[in-house]
Amino acid sequence: MSGRAGIVIVGASLAGLRGAEALRRGGYEGPLTLVGDEPYRPYDRPPLSKHVLAGELAADATALPQLLPLRARWRLGSPATGLDRNAKIVRLADGSSLAYDTLLVATGARARRWPGEAEFAGIFTIRGRDEAADLRAALARDPRSVLIVGGGLIGCEAASCCRDLGLPVTLVDPNPTPLARALGTLVGGTLAARMRAAGVDLRPGTQVRALEGEAGQVCRARLADGGSIAADLVIVALGAVRDTGWLSEGGLAADAGGLTCDGACRALTRMGVPDPNIFAAGDVARWPNPLYGGRLIAVEHWGNAVEQAAHAARNMLNPADPQPYAHLPAFWSSQFGLNIKMVGLADGADSVAIVQGSRAAGRFLAVYGREGRTIAAVSFDEARWLPAYAERIAAGAAFPPIHDATDQPAIETRPPGFPPPRPFPASRGRVPEAAHA
Amino acid sequence: MPEDALFAEVLDPGNRADPYPIYARLRRTPVARQRDGAYVVSTHAAIRSLLFDPRLSSEDLPPSRRPRTGNPLKDWLLNPIRNRVANAHRPLIFRDPPEHDTLRGFVMSEFTIARVNGLHGRVAALVDGLIEACRGRDTVCLVDDLSYPLPVAVICDLLGVPEQDEPQFHAWATRLATALEPDARRDEEARRETVATFDAIADYMRALIRRKRRQPGDDMLSGLARRDRPGMGEVDLIATAVLLLVAGHETTVNLITNGMLTLLRHPDELGRLRADPERAPQVIEELLRYEPPVHFRTRKALGDIAVAGTTIPKGAPIVLLFAAGNRDPERFPEPDRFDPDRTDIQHFGFGGGLHYCVGAPLARIEAEIALVALCRRLRDPRLLADPPPYRPGASLRGPENLGIRIGGIL
Repeated sequence: MSGRAGIVIVGASLAGLRGAEALRRGGYEGPLTLVGDEPYRPYDRPPLSKHVLAGELAADATALPQLLPLRARWRLGSPATGLDRNAKIVRLADGSSLAYDTLLVATGARARRWPGEAEFAGIFTIRGRDEAADLRAALARDPRSVLIVGGGLIGCEAASCCRDLGLPVTLVDPNPTPLARALGTLVGGTLAARMRAAGVDLRPGTQVRALEGEAGQVCRARLADGGSIAADLVIVALGAVRDTGWLSEGGLAADAGGLTCDGACRALTRMGVPDPNIFAAGDVARWPNPLYGGRLIAVEHWGNAVEQAAHAARNMLNPADPQPYAHLPAFWSSQFGLNIKMVGLADGADSVAIVQGSRAAGRFLAVYGREGRTIAAVSFDEARWLPAYAERIAAGAAFPPIHDATDQPAIETRPPGFPPPRPFPASRGRVPEAAHA
Repeated sequence: MPEDALFAEVLDPGNRADPYPIYARLRRTPVARQRDGAYVVSTHAAIRSLLFDPRLSSEDLPPSRRPRTGNPLKDWLLNPIRNRVANAHRPLIFRDPPEHDTLRGFVMSEFTIARVNGLHGRVAALVDGLIEACRGRDTVCLVDDLSYPLPVAVICDLLGVPEQDEPQFHAWATRLATALEPDARRDEEARRETVATFDAIADYMRALIRRKRRQPGDDMLSGLARRDRPGMGEVDLIATAVLLLVAGHETTVNLITNGMLTLLRHPDELGRLRADPERAPQVIEELLRYEPPVHFRTRKALGDIAVAGTTIPKGAPIVLLFAAGNRDPERFPEPDRFDPDRTDIQHFGFGGGLHYCVGAPLARIEAEIALVALCRRLRDPRLLADPPPYRPGASLRGPENLGIRIGGIL
């Protein structure tokens, strides 16, 4: 860490910023450079699909607070395009290059785009500030009808905002219910009912085959089941692709699913050996999570970006004493008047049980089990008890983990209803079916 | 003193002025069984874990004790109904989900941040008037002169209780607050007195609610009394209103009085707050840790609960000793030092989890305005007696009164 080139952080969003802060807080005094592909200082993304779309908050009012002076060089608006590990250099789009002693990869992910999107106006994605601002402007122009492609978190939150704005909304998703991959269809069914009650035209179990336009403007979607939907505004919410393109020549174990790391946040080469000078954090990092049996996991949630960046920074400053990163993934969402919070990863669960409240009352807590262990919990308007369940998930407690709770129904274990596992993550430019599947 | 009698020591009024050495001894056994079968929890980690444990019930009052009919079948049919009726008389701090959540939701929908923030000017004017009334005197009796009348006026204002009815409430509220102390529940006479007080205050509330329904104002009680509140019956509504009134009477009094006592014991901190009122939020947070208005609350275990190496058996009463957790050296460096400059200060001054204090934002505003004004306007304040005399309560703990000699009002 004593080299003159210092530390370079590629990625100037939440993980990059919190990583930089953790380095300074940890006593790092050397040169520090942050590279960002957007021209903006770090901003917060969760409000983009909520308050910004609703028009309650301007997209440029989302700047993240900087918790301490960073004394950093900012290279914003010039994405990294390549990595030379032998020369220890990052190449930037403006033709310049940056030398590093230690590198933190925090490039995150970008929205998966609709192939051929440029053909028609009226097709949007939500990931960055500009995308959210463009979509907000389009929503404010009173589109006749909105089509949302994809029933994941972003698609559902966008649907909620559009309904709040009074716009007709159709949501198409190949799974039987929204959020099926995160929550399973049993819990997802509760959300589906809520969405329908809020006036969303929910089309589960089908896919958009093609988007059609007139005079350069999107006007219709053709569905795989033969039907069609009129829409002059389309929100493509098909998940994210990890931003690893710039690493393709670097000899690291990177693909559209992320940059593979060891347990201590160090990037692995294609030979499976950690590069002691390259670390990764946030959405882009895929690492063996000890809480999930060492499964390679990339977590696209806010809390992980903060925690993993701090952890990577700690390991960067203490190379002789790398500590493993164990993280219990967690996310929250607000949509359709609901506060949804989840801890743990439910996919792979073989059972689910409502352990407090009831689905009928619209306020409940469900836990997920796999082979007799508790692996995840989700709350609908019932988040207060979640810390108790998080503790037990981290400890690998038996399923179901808590008996004799207040407001506990007779516990009934049921199949959670997860769609079959997704094939290897599709890379950019593949046909949309692969993205959906 | 044997370990299983330490909580009896906490309850002993002789230890009211300084219970902290007993808390330190209790913390050596984070979950300590007492002779009466209650489990006292005193470390920060164990309290925190239990606050988020859904197996803790707040319905720790005994089920209704009406005479049996003599007919077992009838008893079997009637007792659950009676228990339900008795339950509805309990305010939400003694209720569990889902009823608790429903009632709390209604309270929160009225106890809005906007409404609380809107009280700023009113609180400042009240504080000014109360301090001004001390002009010309050389001593201030803080509880009588300010700590008590301020929150009372504010909560009456907020709820929409007519000012002239306030004195009547004083005795009722004090009586009901002592009912929160563990001793009071075991004493049959005290229990009867509490029931009689509750009947009196309930009758008053019932009449007031009727008036609010006829002529709604923009106060909280008018809002709560709206008829579109499924899950909140007439009895629930009365219990909720009484709770808000009592809670508003008895806790903020302690926060302000303990606060001034602590500042007078730390004159450098008093001087810093006088010079820089912006420090008030930090001072209040540290006060909530260092001298909280509520020292403990009780719960009941709905199942066997393993915590900090001890299994609390199903049905056992649990005492969450917040004030001991606030002084846990495992959690706070130098816990017995009053230090408003702490940055890491997750205290239990307002409890935590499901029953976290609904009035926390209001208490903060009242204490900030009152303490800043007292520091700035009392000239040369000095304690007349240290320690001051304390009220009997061990849970809602605070001085009976706080005599302060002053060199005038600025």
